[in-house]
Amino acid sequence: MIESFISFWPELWKALQETLIMLAVGLSASTVFGGAIGVFLYLWSEERLLKSPKLRFIVGGLVNVVRSFPFVILMIAAGPLARLIAGTTIGPVAASVPLSIAGIAYFSRLVELSLMDVSKGTVEAAQSMGASLRKIVFSVLLVEARPSLILGFTSLCISYLSYSAAAGVIGGGGLGDLAVRYGYYRFQTEIMVATVVGLILFVQLIQSTGNYFSRKMDKR
Amino acid sequence: MVRIESISKKFLEHGQVIQALQDVSFHVQRGQIYGLIGHSGAGKSTALRAINLLERPDSGQVLFNGENILTKSPEELRHLRQKIGMIFQHFNLLANRTVSENIALPLEIAGWKKEDIYKRVIECLELVHLTDKAQAYPAKLSGGQKQRVAIARSIANHPQVLLADEPTSALDPLTKGEILNCLAELNQKLGLTIVIASHEMKVIRKLCHRVTLFRGGRTEETLDVVNGQIHPQSAYGKIFVEDL
Ligand SMILES: Nc1ncnc2c1ncn2[C@@H]1O[C@H](COP(=O)(O)OP(=O)(O)OP(=O)(O)O)[C@@H](O)[C@H]1O
Ligand SMILES: [Mg+2]
Repeated sequence: MIESFISFWPELWKALQETLIMLAVGLSASTVFGGAIGVFLYLWSEERLLKSPKLRFIVGGLVNVVRSFPFVILMIAAGPLARLIAGTTIGPVAASVPLSIAGIAYFSRLVELSLMDVSKGTVEAAQSMGASLRKIVFSVLLVEARPSLILGFTSLCISYLSYSAAAGVIGGGGLGDLAVRYGYYRFQTEIMVATVVGLILFVQLIQSTGNYFSRKMDKR
Repeated sequence: MVRIESISKKFLEHGQVIQALQDVSFHVQRGQIYGLIGHSGAGKSTALRAINLLERPDSGQVLFNGENILTKSPEELRHLRQKIGMIFQHFNLLANRTVSENIALPLEIAGWKKEDIYKRVIECLELVHLTDKAQAYPAKLSGGQKQRVAIARSIANHPQVLLADEPTSALDPLTKGEILNCLAELNQKLGLTIVIASHEMKVIRKLCHRVTLFRGGRTEETLDVVNGQIHPQSAYGKIFVEDL
């Protein structure tokens, strides 16, 4: 048992690295682009600062389309784009492309939802002070929504972990791929179990960390 | 200082037109505490919010120091608003910013330098007697203290006018008095002009110099407060005063 783990370690290490690459690329893209789209979806909505039903309909619709794709199909459909951006369709960097697309759509809705919870009164107070839109977004909306944004980000991380496992299908590699290859194809159950347990612990760790920081930031 | 010239404002709600204001005029002089009074739904808040254009009238004029502000560009309007303070019934403080950071917000917006902000925040805290709460978060304060922070925040950038929308309506009687004293003190010490929307007799009696009575989106009459009393001429005004 222990011996098999020692011989197995390099492969586990490689899989872990691949998972981390997918997480790093995908999470960065989702946070930046998904965050921005979420802010705009909020600002474009009825009675908000940049009210624009048309843009909201178009961009919101696009987000819904991406979100309604089963992830595996999204991955295959994103193949050509992955080749364009990453130069290849296999490996963790290529798998990050569909991951990012799914994550951007998912996170944008989470951000929009968090911002909708910010009290209208505080936004109005900032408007009455003559704040610019930029100031309202960065000093009021994002600050007031911070605890719930952190929870949204936590939830994004966890979804990512499971998406990245599915990304093994197109050769993305990573921990999920490892579990499938060993457990499913080679019947090395203990390795599959170890990987799954590792993933469970990873998810728990992410959730507890997220909860901790969210609570710490919440001064309400 | 603030002259409202026959403004009207409609709202569309569920396909229904609500005439919130109809041909409303009033004139607030420098140094005055001016009350907009009336029953619920009479249009007090809408009229008050027309002064800084949080609510833009459909017609009429809003004159600030003789200038019609309805024709200002968004950028000019932002600069004007930096000189008009505002407080609210539910305080509207930022929950995730400390008391000091809340008071600093309008100064950041107006582009003050860090050191100047720091000094001014302390001054404002002293004005509302809350220096010991500088680093507290709003959730840890009582209603009266929250409203004092809001007042400190609203006067930080040396506004020419302070707009107050039902500033004491969410507070218990004792705390109401505390806030009214605070506003009266600012008016006397700094000569701050205050426009206040309220349905509370106590506010009229203890604070206002002059009031306009609203009824169904129109102004019923305008009265001076003499020795803490108003003497309406209209039948509606008499009933209003008796009811309170
Ligand atoms: N944003 C809005 N959308 C739709 N209707 C509105 C809006 N704001 C105000 N109204 C309506 O306009 C009328 C006047 O409202 P306003 O808030 O000015 O009254 P008020 O005198 O301040 O009342 P209160 O004492 O309840 O605060 C009311 O009928 C109200 O329902
Ligand atoms: Mg009102």
